[in-house]
Amino acid sequence: MSDLSATAGRAVEAALAAGAGAAEAYASREGGREVRVHGGEVESLTAATQSGIGVRAWIDGRVGYAYGTDLSATGVTAIAARAAEAAAVADEDEFAAPPQPAPVEALLGLSDPSVEVWTTAEAAQLALRVERTALASDPRVVAVEQVVYADSSERVAIASSTGLAGEYESSDCFAYLQALAEGEDGRETGLGFGLARGPGGLEPEAIGAEGAARATAMIGASKPASRSCPVVLDPTVAASFAGLIGGALSAGAVQRGRSPFAGRLGEELAGEALALRDDGRDPAGPASAPFDGEGLPRRRTDLIEGGRLRSFLYDTYTANREGVASTGSAARQGYRSLPSVSTSNLVVAPGALSFEELLAAAGEGVLVTDVAGLHSGVNPVTGVFSVGASGRAIRAGALAEPLREFTIAGDLISMLGAVQAAGAEARRVPFGGSVSTPPLLIGELAVSGS
Amino acid sequence: MSELIDPAVAERTLARALANGGRFAEVFAERRHGFSMSIDESRIEAVQSGAEEGAGVRVVDGGTTYFAHVDGLDPDDLERAAGEAAAALRGGRRQPRALEAVAVAPLPIEQPPEEVSAQRKATLLRELDERARGQGKEIAQFTSSYAEARRQIAVANSDGLLTGDDRTRTRIGAQAVARRGDAVETGAETLGAHRGFELLEDDPGQIAEQAARKALTLLDAGPAPSGSMPVVVGGGFGGVLFHEMTGHGLEADHIQKGASVYVGKLGEQVAQPLLNAYDDGRLPNEWGSDAIDDEGAPTQKTQVIEDGRLTAYLYDRLTAERDGVASTGNGRRESFRHLPIPRMTNTYIAPGESTPEAMIAELEKGFYAVSFGGGQVDPATGDFVFGVSEGYLIEGGRVTRPCRGATLIGNCLEALMAIDAVGDDFFMKTGICGKGGQKAPVGTGQGHVRVGAMTVGGTEL
Repeated sequence: MSDLSATAGRAVEAALAAGAGAAEAYASREGGREVRVHGGEVESLTAATQSGIGVRAWIDGRVGYAYGTDLSATGVTAIAARAAEAAAVADEDEFAAPPQPAPVEALLGLSDPSVEVWTTAEAAQLALRVERTALASDPRVVAVEQVVYADSSERVAIASSTGLAGEYESSDCFAYLQALAEGEDGRETGLGFGLARGPGGLEPEAIGAEGAARATAMIGASKPASRSCPVVLDPTVAASFAGLIGGALSAGAVQRGRSPFAGRLGEELAGEALALRDDGRDPAGPASAPFDGEGLPRRRTDLIEGGRLRSFLYDTYTANREGVASTGSAARQGYRSLPSVSTSNLVVAPGALSFEELLAAAGEGVLVTDVAGLHSGVNPVTGVFSVGASGRAIRAGALAEPLREFTIAGDLISMLGAVQAAGAEARRVPFGGSVSTPPLLIGELAVSGS
Repeated sequence: MSELIDPAVAERTLARALANGGRFAEVFAERRHGFSMSIDESRIEAVQSGAEEGAGVRVVDGGTTYFAHVDGLDPDDLERAAGEAAAALRGGRRQPRALEAVAVAPLPIEQPPEEVSAQRKATLLRELDERARGQGKEIAQFTSSYAEARRQIAVANSDGLLTGDDRTRTRIGAQAVARRGDAVETGAETLGAHRGFELLEDDPGQIAEQAARKALTLLDAGPAPSGSMPVVVGGGFGGVLFHEMTGHGLEADHIQKGASVYVGKLGEQVAQPLLNAYDDGRLPNEWGSDAIDDEGAPTQKTQVIEDGRLTAYLYDRLTAERDGVASTGNGRRESFRHLPIPRMTNTYIAPGESTPEAMIAELEKGFYAVSFGGGQVDPATGDFVFGVSEGYLIEGGRVTRPCRGATLIGNCLEALMAIDAVGDDFFMKTGICGKGGQKAPVGTGQGHVRVGAMTVGGTEL
């Protein structure tokens, strides 16, 4: 047993000693670095280590949580005692109970050795290459606001008084830039990004070129006329919407009447063109792990299949409420957070159409390449949304002039019903959680511009 | 501060940080305590407490910052972090100046929340729950949260500064869901300050009623209009408009990278003469206030717009150095695990002479955005977007009907210049601002403000 698992085990014992009827501890240790580059120079280099533990205590149906960074014996005892103290304050909930162990299969391929092998200087070179590529790819790219490279490897251990015990290690890595292009009336920005398990999996030239292409594509953009029309969402935008839908499919939101999908299980919500699943074991998915935030096996769950809503996502608590099994969807934002239901890696199934065929099918419409204001422009309870957007006009089935300063508005349920086609080429995107999605053609959406 | 870090340990850490050269080194030590709980389905849940401590060490050499952070405040760990930060430097040893402690008076906290029993906090949430549900049978769901956070910090740097601060913030939030047949609407409200439990002495339950009232009002809402029209923006959190439209673009890091539409506009008329605006980290016990920033610089009141002219940018230490000016006390960091960057504190449009009634009465057709869910800006292009959480149609000089699902979009420079009325009904509200992956508590404020033309993005075409 590693020292991290031993620490988690000690925390569980301490919580029981402090009066908890059952307890669970989640410990993590993370090492990582970040490089920021600007103007051909390294702006900052960060070396980070962080570790901590979160303890969940049950006293009958009452749940309390405490976390901290002090992993010494006295530190862990104090954290465990605070968890038990917190539980005493909570109200009793008949469905609150510790997860029971289930067989967990190992999952290989979560760590890339290049994270350990690459020196920080090499990582900085990668970031500088991203910037150079962006600047060299088009004379109208005048600067890069920043290139950020970051990687980390994390070890997670979980233990509980019900006999759960597990540990795994994973690594992550990403790079992105914001390119600045000189437009006719001011500057345009373009985001380029890539993600992988380690720096060896990143393509710095592709990242730089994407930022440059997105920035220059917006030069001379104008407002579209307000109308209702076909809209193509590029994968970065489709991912944001898939993430919103995934969030609304959490059983926690559904059971508390705070989801537009409440009461719609089994209903036909989308055409055949759309299939959505959650896959917590896809080795390439950044959110993949052998077990979820409360130690239960990650798995694949079909959410929308054949146009019908097939399942919601459950953790132990929400599963208990309905007498079903957890889908292994308890997520944590590190040791600081109580586990709660969330998507792992969302996958929108690719369709048959090339990007050109998708545009042709749209005919006259709008391609949306960027959305802004998702956190304030979408009501997750009702599904009603209105968000800022930019992109390109689609005329006679082909890309035309750039467009900016408009909104797309509607509601998530109608939008699902209006998905007419999915592109053939999917991309993994870190927006809306972790989402792999092709571009999507929405038959009709309200576009508001001039 | 000395309880967080011993001056001798700080000096050793700084010396280790400059062992391979560098023109500046700093150690930032922090102890964080948090406690929160919520009520949902009339049940107290998610009761949690956290305790973290650690330190971040940075060394600056040329244009590069080397940064390392560790958990815990063990002297050996601090020196190890300093060694890691210095690892990539190749210069000769530099000696930090001897530390001289600068005493700082933290903002006064009358009733430290950690001295108030958890049961009393639970009782408070139960009262909020009852108040919200008492607004009508159509309130189908109500959830409310209580959070307290204390940050004790110490800053020591190679210029010889040793100082610290002790900050306690308390905040409650309420969200109501109203339902009538198939119609579902939500309403939210918050109350927060750089204060202790005394914040909740008056009548915290009113935020529950306000959230419930908003949700109920929206049950009668129709679709939001779309197109360009005059917009009257409500007071308080309406100030997020200025925060996004202008505040972010004045942060010196954006300016120095050419990633702001306000580059080169200092001294220029960017708004009508009726507009005056400030960033003020010294507003007494306000949500975004601190005694010092996270680099140890005293916070200050900075006038950013004077009679419509742009008068200042917002600086942290490094951006100030680059421009040869003094820091404006805007160097803020989310925690010891983050580098300081220029951030707003409390940003607001000063009270004007108009009234909400007068602004609305003058409009044949317009939109009234009472409050926002939040907003976002790309400082480089100036494009912004705000989600309206409570909005109404203005017709014939009167507020006629509520609208759901509206968003305001536009470009900063145009919209700022288009502000043609500022109200005298000033107040502040709390927000959580995200920038560069770091969250910071910020205050926003204004009286009612009217923008001559803005794009409203709704579904009614």
